[in-house]
Amino acid sequence: MNRIERIRAQLASLQPLRIEVVDDSHLHAGHAGARDGGGHYRLHIVSGQFAGKSTLARHRMIYCALGEMMKHEIHALNIRADTPEEL
Amino acid sequence: MDVQELIKQQVTAHPVVLYMKGTPQFPMCGFSGNAVRILNALGVKDFFSVDVLSNPEIRQGIKDYANWPTIPQLYINGEFIGGSDIVSEMYQSGELQALLKG
Repeated sequence: MNRIERIRAQLASLQPLRIEVVDDSHLHAGHAGARDGGGHYRLHIVSGQFAGKSTLARHRMIYCALGEMMKHEIHALNIRADTPEEL
Repeated sequence: MDVQELIKQQVTAHPVVLYMKGTPQFPMCGFSGNAVRILNALGVKDFFSVDVLSNPEIRQGIKDYANWPTIPQLYINGEFIGGSDIVSEMYQSGELQALLKG
């Protein structure tokens, strides 16, 4: 599994109806914060589990689901998290 | 001083604190730069900023403090507000302006 597939697999616990992960790493190649080898990703995820949750709480759910991957493999994650009703 | 204690002191001593990569004049990461741009756009000139690239202990410590894995991190009146995406969202919705006035 490559990293994007693993991100998708980790997020399966949020029962997403839709999930898009884009690798933006090339946009940040060479900048000071990217030297540790972690990637930059853009995520759009739609899940009923976000209903009634603040943006902060939604981001926490995502970071929690990604667990250890946030430590080294993911350097930055741009998140859009919606409920099906918000689309 | 313990790093967690130092962070607590920083976020309570200043109304607006930004933990970022680089400085407001020279941000070293686009996400940190975005947070600075928004604070500037709102006329917040005198926020307290901490460059985590020159403070390795705080770089890890701040992630533990907020239980939040990424930088930048914005604090208003001692409270963790969020990272770059959340700050952008709250700026667009007007929530951030309201918080800063309060």
